[in-house]
Amino acid sequence: MPLLAVNDLRTFFHTRGGVYRAVDGISFALEKGETVGIVGESGSGKSVTCYSIMGLVPQPPGRIESGSAIFGGVDLLRCPAAVARSIRGKRIAMIFQDPMTSLNPYLRVSEQLIEPLIIHENASRAAAGRRAVDMLEAVGLNDAARRINHYPHEFSGGMRQRVMIAMALITRPELLIADEPTTALDVTVQAQILDLIRRLQRETGMAVIFITHDLGVVAGLCDRVLVMYAGRLVEAGDLRAVFQRPRHPYTEALQRSIPSLQPKGAELFTIPGLPPDLSRLPPGCAFAPRCAAAADRCRSEDPALKEIAPRHASACLRVQAGEI
Amino acid sequence: MSDPILELKNLKTHFPVRRGFLSRREAATVKAVDGVSLAVQRGEVLGLVGESGCGKSTLARTILGLVPSVEGVVVLEGRNLTAAGPDDLRAARRVAQMVFQDPYASLNPRMTIFAALAEPMLVHRVCPRAEVAGRVAELMQMVGLAPRFANKYPHEFSGGQRQRIAVARALALLPRLVIADEPVSALDVSVQAQVLNLLARLVREMHLSLIFIAHDLSVVKHISDRVAVMYLGKIVELGRAEDVIERPRHPYTRALVSAIPTPDPDVERARPRIVLPGDPPSPLYPPPGCAFHPRCPFAQEKCRLAVPPLASIADGREVACIRVEEIPIADRQ
Repeated sequence: MPLLAVNDLRTFFHTRGGVYRAVDGISFALEKGETVGIVGESGSGKSVTCYSIMGLVPQPPGRIESGSAIFGGVDLLRCPAAVARSIRGKRIAMIFQDPMTSLNPYLRVSEQLIEPLIIHENASRAAAGRRAVDMLEAVGLNDAARRINHYPHEFSGGMRQRVMIAMALITRPELLIADEPTTALDVTVQAQILDLIRRLQRETGMAVIFITHDLGVVAGLCDRVLVMYAGRLVEAGDLRAVFQRPRHPYTEALQRSIPSLQPKGAELFTIPGLPPDLSRLPPGCAFAPRCAAAADRCRSEDPALKEIAPRHASACLRVQAGEI
Repeated sequence: MSDPILELKNLKTHFPVRRGFLSRREAATVKAVDGVSLAVQRGEVLGLVGESGCGKSTLARTILGLVPSVEGVVVLEGRNLTAAGPDDLRAARRVAQMVFQDPYASLNPRMTIFAALAEPMLVHRVCPRAEVAGRVAELMQMVGLAPRFANKYPHEFSGGQRQRIAVARALALLPRLVIADEPVSALDVSVQAQVLNLLARLVREMHLSLIFIAHDLSVVKHISDRVAVMYLGKIVELGRAEDVIERPRHPYTRALVSAIPTPDPDVERARPRIVLPGDPPSPLYPPPGCAFHPRCPFAQEKCRLAVPPLASIADGREVACIRVEEIPIADRQ
């Protein structure tokens, strides 16, 4: 049984401007200890997918229209709030791009680190405090016993990110959801944080969902990749298969627009047009208006994600038909 | 070869840090730019890289006179800007223009695209009022936007389109030097490619000089002829883009290059990584000697004693490391 199985998740936002289909029928599963990368551009629905699992979608305007997210036999989308609370923050933890949004600026780091232990494990303050210091040391903070009494603003950006990771991992979760945790950091600090996640994963065996738009980060960290476009999965497969032989025109286009894979100074490949308005999705494949390989039926027939090789799925009708 | 459009000599920009509530005494100085000398040739693209807080944006702002320098000289097309009066400065602003990182912040939300593009032309009287409309249309076409959108407001455009409008605005005065401060950092990769292509084409067609500031080294390598690497207010390595990024010599550049993830699983997992310990030191209290020595894997006692000068090495590049000839060269590949 997979650790987490998301099935046909649909999360829409009901606004005056219309219904935005932010996540529009997503299914994937995650095994214990596995690292899955979700890639896609801004607005493709990668964050909303994870917010839905974590119960962080503001309702209204958001609404989970359909689907399930089964974790340890419990459907996180339908179970009683108390059950969900006992899982979220304990067995599933999440870290975000901006650590200042998850750290309370008014509280010492120590208070924030021990809170999950007191809530979820009924630990005493003294015992929780000791574990908090150990955890800060594990994420590579020097002088942890003293610095645990500092406030968030006294830390640098990279250090805050470490504190947030320590806070997320202190309950030894089985699943960590990381939403662009290194996007705002310098490359050198990003390298430190990625190293840290890899090490902690080796030590604890937790599974990771890593949301990013940086294909380089995915290449170094993930076992499997999910590519999202306009609220749907367009390609899913093992890392090497997707990177070495992308089987969806959007994945291929993304890869071709990265400068580091192109000869120096060469004209970079660009995807014509803009991502679609999620409240007015075109009929057929949402990528068809920008796709060089689109045929007539791509503009009328709704593509589904289908396996086109073992463990490699694509939502391109023409790939499925063996035409490209 | 040597016809520099811009020359910087020992440029320093320091910010006083004041402490106290009533007395506001000067407690310390942040040396954001601390003795930078370099030249930018006509038609050249110079990449400027470094971590946040290394002074690259302050350097850009100092060149354009947006923040005052405390020492050193900025020479733009033979004119010394650090000693220039208001008229000279105004003239200089026609020569050098800037594109900022955030196209949401750099365009006035209450001005139509037409007004935003026409304003600099009217202020600097570059052409008769009657010709302005034609020039605006021309500019919009140049950056790949249909002139019929001229009466729209910035919020009606996507991030990539806005950044192209910001580029068009910088070009309105036909500058000869453009400084782009992280112009693609806020954009998605597919949109980033559009703006990079646009900048590369403009440099070629208008014979522009470009200072391209970014923290993404693969983007910098792609567009730049030469690259300058900054650490704590100083240039630590300067040379041809391929040399600096494929075969970095300064230990800091090596670490920086090794930190860029490669979007190829086999390469990414096989390559050796240098993970630097700690954070960049506070520019308020820079370490003695070479500012990089506390994090440098090659540092020795002598590195703590004196600030290493930026000196030429065999292949023509300049490196500010006294041990550079002793450290074995590592290829990125």
